[in-house]
Amino acid sequence: MTRVELIGFALVASTIAGCATVASRETADLGVIVERATGSVQLVNQTKRASLGRIQGLGDLSHASIVYSHDARYAYVFGRDGGLSKIDIVAQRTVARTVQAGNSIGGAISRDGHLVAVANYQPGGIKVFDADTLELLSEVPSTYGVEGKRAKVVGIADAPGNRFVFSLFDADEIWVADLTDARHPAVRKFRDVGRQPYDALITPDGRYYIAGLFGEDGLVLLDMQNLDAGARRILDGYGRGSEKLPVYKMPHLRGWAMAGDYAFLPAIGRYEVLVVDRRTWKQVAAVPVQGQPVFVMARPDGRQVWVNFAFPRNGVVQVIDVPTLKLVESLHPGKTVLHMEFTARGDEIWISARDDDRVVVYNTERFQKLAELPAKSPSGIFFTWRAQKIGL
Amino acid sequence: MRARITNILATFAASLAVVAPVCAKADPSAERQRELVNLVRQDCGSCHGMTFRGGLGPPLTSEALREKPADTLTATILNGRPGTPMPPWRQFVSEAEAGWIVDRLQKGFLDDAR
Ligand code: HEC
Repeated sequence: MTRVELIGFALVASTIAGCATVASRETADLGVIVERATGSVQLVNQTKRASLGRIQGLGDLSHASIVYSHDARYAYVFGRDGGLSKIDIVAQRTVARTVQAGNSIGGAISRDGHLVAVANYQPGGIKVFDADTLELLSEVPSTYGVEGKRAKVVGIADAPGNRFVFSLFDADEIWVADLTDARHPAVRKFRDVGRQPYDALITPDGRYYIAGLFGEDGLVLLDMQNLDAGARRILDGYGRGSEKLPVYKMPHLRGWAMAGDYAFLPAIGRYEVLVVDRRTWKQVAAVPVQGQPVFVMARPDGRQVWVNFAFPRNGVVQVIDVPTLKLVESLHPGKTVLHMEFTARGDEIWISARDDDRVVVYNTERFQKLAELPAKSPSGIFFTWRAQKIGL
Repeated sequence: MRARITNILATFAASLAVVAPVCAKADPSAERQRELVNLVRQDCGSCHGMTFRGGLGPPLTSEALREKPADTLTATILNGRPGTPMPPWRQFVSEAEAGWIVDRLQKGFLDDAR
């Protein structure tokens, strides 16, 4: 036998051995709920609206997020304290874990599924890991300016071509790291893109990377198919004339909302959802809502956009009807709504109410409550359909 | 009816005015303390980290804050820091409560009060 065959044989043998202890299980309707205060996650079944178990010991999970392996068997959990954990959602256990930085904000998985990248605040930069073993493959420190300081990295997204694109909050820059050679990233930098990019999204087709600015009213757009065009400002001065309020929680752009011809985005410091024409990237409307939006998410069919809100108006979720751009519903799922997740086809939505220690499931047509699941300080909810999506 | 409500409000305001200076020095009530701890851990935690080791905002551990003047930190909480994401909290906490929060943070009482 050649060497490769031997390894192959060993793999098959160990898989068979593994199967003896692990019942096979479908993963396409599973999900993971982050319990931010207890460093645990719950595994859930979407169809049964039931909890399957809990995995503990994952560190500080405030602001934790998750990406899935392409086969939707493993969840990578990015903790606030720099912890990166790989969870087997079938066997319900942590299979690999590393504390790779002092402070991080999220991560992404490469298009080929072999690389997991983490965005770090402290020390600033990204680190790239082997998705199988979590072995560190390379690092891109976010060093900027003449003093050689390292910026906080935000808004990391995967882009076609095994690239990761991310923003440097303190440096006003966007970087694109090409990991075709995973041990030697090739980085392209875009400087002076606008003041304090705080989060970003990539469109579902992987084409446009859009970063929101905290220090200015506007966003920045980078065409991933034409980097030579540079970073372009869009929606410049969107709130002009209306007073900007203090921001008690940063909006999240990653819960992008593309619906029909429009993109819906949270206005920072305003009680508004911005509606943008996807072809021209010009604002076409602003929908008034009851607070400062945090997540603005489109139902998969694009008919509705669901919005949750920043402190202190965070006990409400509002629903925008896309064709009329009117609010059609206000729901009260509980105290401090942190996140929402649609089922793959959007018939149901799961909403976490942190301070009521529960997750509430609604039907999205009639808005009736279908179930309530107990959870400890729940925040992010991540369903396995994300495994097949660019930018999630 | 309207006059009555105004009246009640006036009485309420007056009683507040009398009560406020007395309370200024005292610690917040036990219930209010619980609310404040939750606010600090969760809502300040969204930028400073739930264990206060930092995030978009700097660490608020006792190690980080001990040597800094309490009144500056109290003013930061009440007024925020313009030009940075640190928002003013004056609407939600009184001066005395902000002072109490700073005192607790500096002593590290909140650090591992999970
Ligand atoms: C939206 C993000 C955000 C939230 C929410 C927030 N902070 Fe801050 N905070 C910051 C940032 C950013 C700074 C640093 C400002 C600067 O660069 O000077 C800061 C600075 C501070 C400082 C000064 C620290 C120092 O070392 O000088 C204190 C104290 C503080 N925050 C307390 C609080 C408290 C208490 C709360 C909750 C009631 C809170 N913060 C909520 C972002 C935030």
